[in-house]
Amino acid sequence: MEALDIISYFLLLGLLLVAVKVVTTSNVIHAAISLVFTLAITAATFLLLSAEFVALVIVLVYIGAVIVLFLFGIMITRAPLGQNAELDNDKNKSLALVVSLSIFGIFSYVMLDTFDSQIIITSGTSTELLGEILLSRFVFPFEVVSFVLLAALIGGITLARQDNALMDENQI
Amino acid sequence: MVNINSISFLAEGKATYTDGGAVAEYTWLIVVLPFLAALLITFFGKFLPLKGAEIALATIGFIFTFSSYLLYLNITEGVASEFFINVGSIGSFDLEFGWVVDGLSIMMYFVVGTVASLVFIYATNYMQGEVRYTFFFTSLTLFAGSMLVLVSSPTLLQLLIGWELVGVCSYLLIGHYWEKKENSSAAMKAFITNKIADVGLMIGIIVLALSTGTMRISEILYQSTHDYQSLKSVAYLAGVLLFIGAMGKSAQFPLHVWLPDAMAGPTPVSALMHAATMVTAGVYLLARMFPFYQGMASQALDVVLLFGVITLFAAGLIAIVQDDLKKVLAYSTVSQLGYMVAAIGSGAYTAALFHLWTHAFFKALLFLGAGSVIHAVHSNSMKEMGGLRKEMPRTYTTFILGTIALAGLPPLAGFFSKDEILASLNHGGYSAYFAIAVAGAFITAFYMTRAVVLTFFGDYRGNGHPHESDSMMTTPLIVLAGFAITAGWVNIPGIYTGFTDWVTTRKNPIVEYHPESFDYFALSSGLLAGLAGIGLAYYVYQVLGKPEDGDEKIKVEPVWNILENKYYLDDFYFKYIINPTKSTLSNIVDRFNTNILDRAVNMFGTAATFLGNIVYEKFDQGGIDKTLNVSSSSTDALGARVKLLQTGKAQQYIMYFLSGVIVISLLILLVL
Amino acid sequence: MSVQPFLIAAAGLFSIGIYGILVRRNVVMVLLSIELILNAVNINFVVFNAMLGDALLQGQIFTIFIITIAAAEVGIGLAIVLMLFRNRKTANIDEFDLLKW
Repeated sequence: MEALDIISYFLLLGLLLVAVKVVTTSNVIHAAISLVFTLAITAATFLLLSAEFVALVIVLVYIGAVIVLFLFGIMITRAPLGQNAELDNDKNKSLALVVSLSIFGIFSYVMLDTFDSQIIITSGTSTELLGEILLSRFVFPFEVVSFVLLAALIGGITLARQDNALMDENQI
Repeated sequence: MVNINSISFLAEGKATYTDGGAVAEYTWLIVVLPFLAALLITFFGKFLPLKGAEIALATIGFIFTFSSYLLYLNITEGVASEFFINVGSIGSFDLEFGWVVDGLSIMMYFVVGTVASLVFIYATNYMQGEVRYTFFFTSLTLFAGSMLVLVSSPTLLQLLIGWELVGVCSYLLIGHYWEKKENSSAAMKAFITNKIADVGLMIGIIVLALSTGTMRISEILYQSTHDYQSLKSVAYLAGVLLFIGAMGKSAQFPLHVWLPDAMAGPTPVSALMHAATMVTAGVYLLARMFPFYQGMASQALDVVLLFGVITLFAAGLIAIVQDDLKKVLAYSTVSQLGYMVAAIGSGAYTAALFHLWTHAFFKALLFLGAGSVIHAVHSNSMKEMGGLRKEMPRTYTTFILGTIALAGLPPLAGFFSKDEILASLNHGGYSAYFAIAVAGAFITAFYMTRAVVLTFFGDYRGNGHPHESDSMMTTPLIVLAGFAITAGWVNIPGIYTGFTDWVTTRKNPIVEYHPESFDYFALSSGLLAGLAGIGLAYYVYQVLGKPEDGDEKIKVEPVWNILENKYYLDDFYFKYIINPTKSTLSNIVDRFNTNILDRAVNMFGTAATFLGNIVYEKFDQGGIDKTLNVSSSSTDALGARVKLLQTGKAQQYIMYFLSGVIVISLLILLVL
Repeated sequence: MSVQPFLIAAAGLFSIGIYGILVRRNVVMVLLSIELILNAVNINFVVFNAMLGDALLQGQIFTIFIITIAAAEVGIGLAIVLMLFRNRKTANIDEFDLLKW
């Protein structure tokens, strides 16, 4: 459908632009917020591809929790707020550009060479179906992932903990 | 492999003979046993009660018994056989060893066995308390074995081996008291003089072997009696050369100089070796090769005769002026050997061997008696003896008997043998030599009586307390005296000539003149000469002057000096042979050795060191070590560079990783 | 709609994320770039799911798993960053080169 095509092109273009802003800006807060926008546009793309539940999960989990976590991390590590010229490693820039462009080239070549199909537009994905599949066919990975989350939870708390005796008001 | 030589020759001396049977086959025992015994004595002698003498006595007793039985067989049946063991071959010559069992060898076995047994018994007592007692018996046994190897040899090679072995044992035994320089010098003199003569022997053997193509004595003798041309051309030369070898061993003038000095050895050694056995090896050689001399080398016999006569006369004269009792006996031996050699030279095979036989017994007796005297007086010099017939009756009696036998008075042994020699000289028409031999008999009797008077008569001039010797020493004397009396009765011309039959029982026939009866002219001349000698000596030394005065009454200064200095022969040898060799020749050889040979060898050494240094520096250090060092240092440098990759910065690691991914994926996309 | 624009966009996102990892100095920025990469992968999965018309919705399920894991990883990552910052008082990734030769 033509309309969907044009919308998707615009979305994807915007996606790329915002992503470029994530990695090039010298303001850490701008980088984090640009990531938010990247994720939002990703969620919109998912809606187009009739993956509603996944889009919602992105918005809720990714943007809601992960980005917040990032912002906290930025603040804790006393990253210099505002413009900061020292954010990029100038030595690596050219080589990194070459590397990333080569990777882009290789990937796109492979993808274009292999896949030439059309997307099947459906009316949307039934969440009930998703949940059913998740808990019947993929119950095992589901449980494993919950363990991973538990481990990450405990691990994170353990790592970030500190000895009460050493605590003083300068430390967090 | 043992091959019994089954060629049968016609023996002209004896009608028939046997091959000796089983006993002859085992005769090798008497040759081999002494060597085994010597080994046993060396290793176990010290632990035995008699310090090894038992083994020696047992061995020599066995040899005596065995040889007596062989003699009995020879007397009754006649034995002539030889046995060979082939051990290999050099070119066209077969190396063979073996043993001969014929009349001549059996006689020698018997002489060796008897005299050696008695000397061994004597020595057990005589050498008691002396230094190196066990080694003495080892050497004595070795000597007995060597002598038996010599007289049992069927090949010239084995004869030479026995010859040299005997020389070695002589050296060992003469130099027994080597702590004193003169004794070791005497041993050296004996060995070297013998060795000089052995050159002649060796060349002679080579000449014979090459011209006949064999080393077997019996075959050489066969070729001699059957007119083989190849042998005839060299026969004179070979004959003279062999005689030169005999001159050394049997102490013929001028190679006799070692025998008087050999008296430095212990008296039993002198009795055994330098009276009865070793010195007779030369005579044995001439006797063994007699058919050769008779058949082809009769001109060589003239040379033999000449030297024999010279020897018997010259040595006898020197014996008159000696003060050392043993030296008197030594020169006497030389003189008697001259008689034996002269007998061979005049073609009297049996006479020479008969004199060898009787001389062995009475000379051994005289030596052992002298040993008894010396043992009692602790001195060799007759100036310190005298009047011993009262203190040492048995020694005195046996010594007198030996003297009479030597002087040639009937019915003792020497009479018959000396008479036969004189008879053969007379029969051969050698009037001048006959006269000299008779004069020699006179001189013999003279010096022996002088010795007896100075030793046993008059008053004792020494400082000790002489007494009669042990029975172990006097018993052999008595036994030998018995032999001295009876040994001559085995060959009385006209009555019983058994000895002739014994020694001519050989595979190769002996052609000689056998007298039918006594030659009365020779007999009377010899008898008169002997009696005159005894009478004159007794008169001069006992009646005219006291024994204490010694030679004062008859000394004629110039003559005495020449005789006392042994015709200045030793000085001549020293001045013109030994000293030039020692100083000039030795110096030349030494300089050659040091400057040329040693330098050449050193050059190799220096070159090798130099080469080694080069290899070490260039190849080992510079090349191999350097390569290793370079490889290790380059690896080190490479590592130092490469480690810089590990910066610890994760971003760079990711960069490398991604670069690798790109490269590989490009490879896969583009190449594959 | 054709699948290809989506795939190219995902590839581009991926390479931008790579660029970000290689270039950024702050540790948190690097983590941010990692999120971009994960996001690119998510797009890929969903696109394939739509392309194949999967009855089992495996692409979307997997995307959910990836999101979950990404969240866990960010949590742990930031905890580690926190500890690093406590020890070194800096979040500059160039300072953390203790594993160098």
